[in-house]
Amino acid sequence: MKFGIVVFPGSNCDHDAWYSVTHNLHQEAELLWHDSSSLGDVDAVILPGGFSYGDYLRCGAIAKFSRIMAAVRSFACDGGLVLGLCNGFQILVESGLLPGALIRNRGLKFICSPVELRVETTNSPFTSMAQKGRILRIPIAHGEGCYVADAHTLDALEAEDRVLLRYAANPNGSLRDIAGICNAGRNVMGMMPHPERAADPLMGSTDGLVLLQSMVASPALQVK
Amino acid sequence: MTQFPPDVLARHNLTEAEYRKIVGLLGREPAFTELGIFSVMWSEHCSYKSSRMHLKKLPTRSKLVVQGPGENAGIIDIGQGYAIVFKIESHNHPSFIEPFQGAATGVGGILRDIFTMGARPIAVMDALRFGPLDDPQSGPRNRRLLEGVVGGIAHYGNCFGVPTVGGECVFETSYGGNPLVNVFALGVVRREDIFYARAAGDGNPVIYAGAKTGRDGVHGATMASAEFTEESKEKRPNVQVGDPFLEKLLLEACLEAMQTGAVVGIQDMGAAGLTCSTCEMGGRGQVGIEIDLMHVPQRETGMTPYEIMLSESQERMLLVAEKGRQEEVFRVFRKWGLDAVTIGRVTSDNMLRVKDHGAVVAEIPNAALTDAAPMYDRQRTRPYRTAPMKGPTFRSMDLDADLRKLLCSGDLCSKQSIWRQYDHMVRTNTTLGPGADAAIVRIKETGASVAMSLDGNGRYCSLSPREGAKLIVAECCRNLSTVGALPVAATNNLNFGNPERPEIMAQLVEAIEGMGEACAFFETPITGGNVSLYNETRTGGELTAIFPTPVMGVVGLLPTQMPVPLSFRNRDRDIVLLGGPGGCDELHFGGTQYAKHILDDLWGLPPALDMDYEKRVQAAIRQIIAEGLAESSHDLSDGGLAVAAAECCFSPGNIGAALELDTDLRPEFSLFHEAPSRILISTTHADRVAAVAAQYRIEAPVIGRTVEGRLTIRNRGNTLIDSPVETLRNLWEGALEHLLHAQDRHV
Repeated sequence: MKFGIVVFPGSNCDHDAWYSVTHNLHQEAELLWHDSSSLGDVDAVILPGGFSYGDYLRCGAIAKFSRIMAAVRSFACDGGLVLGLCNGFQILVESGLLPGALIRNRGLKFICSPVELRVETTNSPFTSMAQKGRILRIPIAHGEGCYVADAHTLDALEAEDRVLLRYAANPNGSLRDIAGICNAGRNVMGMMPHPERAADPLMGSTDGLVLLQSMVASPALQVK
Repeated sequence: MTQFPPDVLARHNLTEAEYRKIVGLLGREPAFTELGIFSVMWSEHCSYKSSRMHLKKLPTRSKLVVQGPGENAGIIDIGQGYAIVFKIESHNHPSFIEPFQGAATGVGGILRDIFTMGARPIAVMDALRFGPLDDPQSGPRNRRLLEGVVGGIAHYGNCFGVPTVGGECVFETSYGGNPLVNVFALGVVRREDIFYARAAGDGNPVIYAGAKTGRDGVHGATMASAEFTEESKEKRPNVQVGDPFLEKLLLEACLEAMQTGAVVGIQDMGAAGLTCSTCEMGGRGQVGIEIDLMHVPQRETGMTPYEIMLSESQERMLLVAEKGRQEEVFRVFRKWGLDAVTIGRVTSDNMLRVKDHGAVVAEIPNAALTDAAPMYDRQRTRPYRTAPMKGPTFRSMDLDADLRKLLCSGDLCSKQSIWRQYDHMVRTNTTLGPGADAAIVRIKETGASVAMSLDGNGRYCSLSPREGAKLIVAECCRNLSTVGALPVAATNNLNFGNPERPEIMAQLVEAIEGMGEACAFFETPITGGNVSLYNETRTGGELTAIFPTPVMGVVGLLPTQMPVPLSFRNRDRDIVLLGGPGGCDELHFGGTQYAKHILDDLWGLPPALDMDYEKRVQAAIRQIIAEGLAESSHDLSDGGLAVAAAECCFSPGNIGAALELDTDLRPEFSLFHEAPSRILISTTHADRVAAVAAQYRIEAPVIGRTVEGRLTIRNRGNTLIDSPVETLRNLWEGALEHLLHAQDRHV
């Protein structure tokens, strides 16, 4: 399986995502330049963390206009797997591929720390290999990771089983402890924590790998 | 005698004698732009005129040193074709004037020093000094400075994508009017990809890349070379504003441009901006550089040649490319959305020639700005000190309360609320992060890891700059050894007061000599660094100098492996005090944290150091870790045995310790003295640890066992300390937040 990892100006977890896919997951990965209009032959896309376009205006607000996002959008519409991590999640909500918004952390400060996440459902290509209720220890590193949406949207996310991960102890004020969600088609996921930082035993946890392994095992890929 | 009135020279921090020297070197009076160029290049900050002759006493070589002082950063060979590039630099003065941007651009500046050599930055650490957070008068300002500086470091490092893996933060009254912000950065490079800041090749194009030039930071270097007054805050326009996003692009573009093979030499524009980069690149390459300012990208209109040459706008680089291949360089910068233009060319006449629309506005031999810069053998007497040799008589009423108070002090409490604002994990190399004795980052390319530690105990140095500096080197090396790394090289940041005061100059010289002696002994040559003088504040009529504060950054090497943690992991382990209990008397107790926080006093001398014994203790712990005998490892430093033992208990598992001492020392000494050469380990192999200790002829008594949830320390049956771990931990963890915010809640 080949992952495409988008490099925006200011992405800084692109290499970490690449390394975790190639060295910890033992799959292929290719870096995709933001100015490219094609995703090539990749089977899944990762939008990595960082500060795309300096996070000017709003996190992810400028990245959504980059050329490659048009390709990512149509890839997603065709059922392709797209995983947005941290800044990638912010880009996905700015792009309208996921609902809601990510605003300043409740404490107003950047937080870098391992956190505990609870797997809320295995009904997604990103969590199928995990067990419901399992606690994953994965780091966060963000200043604007507080997930918000109107009550109607939140109710719908829950009713449709689209909340994939919740914080066991909410670090940033996210409504209903939401750490990661997927779209209605269940092929686009955004999450603030960094699974690529929890993929190597030397980093203290390998709990993030299960998300990437789920993607590899996804039937969506066989259909495609 | 000059065409400039005395106040103009004074504003340029140039003396009459220095001006006469300029006239002599040029054979004529300087033009105004030239005066500005001389003033920044001959400033203390750029010329090291007060320290240069003494810095020569430092050891700078070893088998591993690829590049010593004189370049943008030092370089050490780490094997398998790779090298690490590292340096420490201060941004004290800008951070006092504008803490957020001052600290942010401090990070930006040192990062450029690393990647200008072709290395990708993989770690940052910082050493911070502020006035006390709970001081009734200056507390609010000190808290604001701390929050601003930490915010600035986080802002820049997090966005740039370099992990801030550790550091230290200390509070002393002497830093109240003059905080210290020293930033250390380290990068990794393939040996064949190292670049130097040397111009070469007559006719080769000189290329300007990165941010446009504005009026910000004009005269930053001269500002950093004068004392502070209350009016300094009016110098805010002198402070630069950083853009970490632009720097990230600049990093990627520079590393990619270097791969084209078209780049001959490259230097960042840091202090003294375009001036420093042009004359230094020319000087190192034994060539000249000629530029025309009309080509320099400008952010503001109507800038004079003087302003353009002296601007310290951030995120700018100067490159020399091979003639005819500049388009290859431009293409890379365009890809990253950055300005890159040819602004001049390399010449063969060893001159810095600056034109403005074709008209020469400055024409100075490189050597006049660099090698011929003034060098002073400044007068010195005995090091300044006010502390008496003899201390007060004292007797503790409650040793448990003393320990709690120490754990709650700004100096010793957990700094987690600072470092969790720093992304310390990005690049997924940090195997040991903030809060440990030393930080460790793995080098993915080689299977080796690099450990690093910063230390700079100004309190010790105020009692004896020479012995204090030795203790700092020993402590840094011990921190590295404690995590299993072999110390191999160092960088230093010398923060002192006004060198024109003979008693301050004496502090500087003694500290350098002590540091040199220790670095030679521990085989950690100094490959570069920074000198920050004039760290004094005049309030009213009184001039206050900071404690003499040489901050060392030492790097070490070890195989990539799971790190040995600082804190206890399991119950029922033997606790060994490697190096033994150490000695102490009243004279050597006056610089301790106990004297500071419990007795509010300072006297005598710093702890006594036996460098030979220290070296053997360090060799022993490295071998113990290499043989996998230590389950946890933590060195004793500030706060002594009791504080170190408490820190070892702050593990995820609520493991405590029952220690039984056998000493004649009075309890305050045995618990809190700070003699070096001591490391606390927990182990299931006490016998094998003892064998290693015997091999190195060091003491290694088993002083207790790990237990569930309680820290007790007894001496010959008498209970000295008996506290639940949870109580101590809660105090230690919450203290900094309390110091920062308790006062706000009462307003």
